Amino acid sequence: MEKISSLLREEALLPKDDIEKLLSTALSMGGDFAEVYIQRSQSTSISLEERKVRSAEARIAQGVGIRVISGEKTGYAYSDNLEMEVLLDVARVAARIAEGPHEKRHISVTAQLAPDYYKVAVDPAESPVREKTGLLKRANKAAYSYDPRIKQVDVHYADDERDVIIANSDGLWVADHQTMLRIMVRCLATHKGVSRSGSYGGGGRIGMEYFSRVSPEEIAREAARVAVVQLDSVPAPAGMMPVVIKGGWGGVLLHEAVGHGLEADFIRKGSSIFTGRVGEKVASELCTLVDDATIPNARGTANIDDEGTPGMRKLLIDKGVLKGFMTDRLNSRLLNIPLTGNGRRQSYRDYPIPRMTCFFLEKGESEPDEIVRSVNRGIYAANFSGGQVDITNGNFTFSITEGYLIENGRIGQPIRGATLIGNGPDILTKIVMVGNDLALDPGIGTCGKDGQSVPTTVGMPTVKVSEMTVGGTG
Amino acid sequence: MDYLEFAQDVIGLAMKAGAHEAEVYIQTGTEFNVQVRMGDIESLTQASSKGLGLRVFVDKRMGFSSTTDFNIEVVRDMVKTTVQLAKSASRDRFNGLPEVGPGVAAHLDLYDPMVYEIPAERKIDMAKEAERAAFEYDSRVKNSEGASVGTYEGMRIIANSNGVLYANSGTDCGISCAPLAEQNGEKQVSYYWSSKRFFSELDSPTEVGIQAAMRAVRKLGARKVQTQKVPVVFSWFVGPVLLGAVFTALNGDNVHRGLSFLKKKLGKRVASPVVTLIDDPLMPRGLGSMPFDGEGILCTTKTIIQDGILNLYLYDTRSARKYGSTPSGNTRRGFSSLPSVSPTNFYLKPSDLDPADVIRGVKNGFYVTETMGQGINVVTGDFSLGAAGIWIDDGELSYPVQEVTIAGNMLDMLKNIEQVANDVHFISTVVSPTFKIAEMTVSGT
Repeated sequence: MEKISSLLREEALLPKDDIEKLLSTALSMGGDFAEVYIQRSQSTSISLEERKVRSAEARIAQGVGIRVISGEKTGYAYSDNLEMEVLLDVARVAARIAEGPHEKRHISVTAQLAPDYYKVAVDPAESPVREKTGLLKRANKAAYSYDPRIKQVDVHYADDERDVIIANSDGLWVADHQTMLRIMVRCLATHKGVSRSGSYGGGGRIGMEYFSRVSPEEIAREAARVAVVQLDSVPAPAGMMPVVIKGGWGGVLLHEAVGHGLEADFIRKGSSIFTGRVGEKVASELCTLVDDATIPNARGTANIDDEGTPGMRKLLIDKGVLKGFMTDRLNSRLLNIPLTGNGRRQSYRDYPIPRMTCFFLEKGESEPDEIVRSVNRGIYAANFSGGQVDITNGNFTFSITEGYLIENGRIGQPIRGATLIGNGPDILTKIVMVGNDLALDPGIGTCGKDGQSVPTTVGMPTVKVSEMTVGGTG
Repeated sequence: MDYLEFAQDVIGLAMKAGAHEAEVYIQTGTEFNVQVRMGDIESLTQASSKGLGLRVFVDKRMGFSSTTDFNIEVVRDMVKTTVQLAKSASRDRFNGLPEVGPGVAAHLDLYDPMVYEIPAERKIDMAKEAERAAFEYDSRVKNSEGASVGTYEGMRIIANSNGVLYANSGTDCGISCAPLAEQNGEKQVSYYWSSKRFFSELDSPTEVGIQAAMRAVRKLGARKVQTQKVPVVFSWFVGPVLLGAVFTALNGDNVHRGLSFLKKKLGKRVASPVVTLIDDPLMPRGLGSMPFDGEGILCTTKTIIQDGILNLYLYDTRSARKYGSTPSGNTRRGFSSLPSVSPTNFYLKPSDLDPADVIRGVKNGFYVTETMGQGINVVTGDFSLGAAGIWIDDGELSYPVQEVTIAGNMLDMLKNIEQVANDVHFISTVVSPTFKIAEMTVSGT
């Protein structure tokens, strides 16, 4: 909290007077709205390969993005040079989007306090690099010790501390200090000429205390386990069949099948299949979907979004009925629907667009075991490498990296990785069982849209989809 | 600011701070992008940017830093931090700068001076024209995700403590369009783009709009097919999905660590005789062309797979030393990343066969025009992706297909490439003509 309020003091990255001057300049050609986004980030990353710390890396990035909105048009310009003369030019470039008459407006901003959903006990930036390399070495050791068939281990660690100041012509002036931490382990298991890989990771908007909750050993062993399990895998089946998806990471299913289609830019353009369907039943009654930016220390959480709107919890689908969409300022205004704090951007080089924060399916009532037992022949999907969606026709994929056959209600042989494909609205009606074991992913998700990557969280309890196309060869 | 001088100054600072070897990479650029939708400007972005990356070796330990802040005090601090970071990394005797001194970088004609001159209004009009052409192509094109025109002008500089100092400038231009077709409540979006070093060489906006609209309209009425094993034709638009994965598998570091399905295959047949894969960084005006790589090594053209036989793997300096080979000069980087082996202009060599003839030769099969997903495993070669396209019935493109997957093993796929067509379009750094794979599993209903 102290860090956040210090950003709004006079000596911070850009003082209040200068911010007001930039906003006034940005609106000097007219326009409805102007915004200044100031970012300074400092990050560390370390890679360990072949039992050696390959490299230790540090990055500093700073810049200012200035946006002017005139009607439906956005003018955007940015600079990594924070000298006021340069920034005034940047504001003038952004201003050109409005071709209106020259008018002099003085903008004044007032400091506002953001909520605090990510308390950090031990700042990564203040933690010595040797301590971090120590964590990587522990993970490395644990992975090799897991099984003699583990032949290669890669560990990658990254932390990032980002100061953000956002001010706009509505008088908003708010700041945030955003910590992010992530560790990933990848293992290769080799036996009798067969090689299989497995990976796992964890993290969130949290400091070094993360490792007292989740040990590097735990993460490494999970990666090693997946690789070893895969050694005995058989080709994945092909065709339509019931699919049971393990909770947590499995939430990528809903992120793709429905989440993107509820982002308000696609609604405004009419390109989403969910356009104009608020109040309608779009999913089975078992489906209650939420986007929640307030989950403590989650990777997708945002005290404020990248337009300065406080993070909040939104009920998007309630027992199958569509309730609303995720908005940024532009789309909220143009669609005349509530502002939900989902305007996010990768960095000062990008203007914000509607994005998910922590998007998950609420828990149901079934026992996970009972869900598996209900399947005669199908697959159990336990780990995933990601997904993709075409929001216009609703087709989406997700790729599994650890899966098993289900035979007669029992989890059987492991299967090779495969992509599953379905149609969002169709799959939503085919969610026939929802478990009572809601879990969020371990904190490593990144979502790409329009060339911008942002950290995100997915979540879900164990779910049964009555039928879905499995892209194997068997 | 004279960045050449600045790069050398930073190297001096690093050596003084205790680095045994140092390398600086600077990137500067100016971008312009306009997005239009439904005939109006939606957004206009203009900006200049810069960044510097510093890699040092201290006692064969590697440290790296980057910054977008060129304030000399910040840079001084950064230099000290980088040397400290190196000391916390492991000693690796294969680490270090490439053992090459200064040379003469080829002139590849990558910079179009016109890019700077073209007024914003012209670029805006072109984007509008592309979208308009899409609407005019077919009455079923009723909506649009928009069209855009973008230009980028940039310079990169590499300097190191062995006296290497290269700089080159380049431009990139692009125009794209993404129309929506609608019919009986069904909506389909598709897209098309053209990308060139020289603005005047871009496809006309009309052509881009028509191609995009044609792709969206032909998806209307798409359905699933039954699960079956059939010949699969990869259109030139999706061929790069396979080639990109093959490129990753050619990385010598991956190969020697057992992380590639192409390990232990040097000199052996890995693909059918119709497959020749080339990486050509020296193509004049090539989108992926570069005279020197991310480590300051002069680039050369390589035939990696010739008539199906694997000729070579690709190495950066460290892995070349470690595995007794020579660096390939194939590393690419941004200022904020370490150099890594990457494609330049990587392509499957075209034949003189018409793609229509490839399709005509298929009795019952799948012509793939889009893929989706991340189901490619370079370690095992397992390949499984979502796909959409057109069913081939008796040598004719018949009806659109969607919501299916295509799967196989990449080594089998490469060996089963029966035909390669002549239609290679250099719109990206990895490109491919249309090719036909004898058999893959198409999974649907």
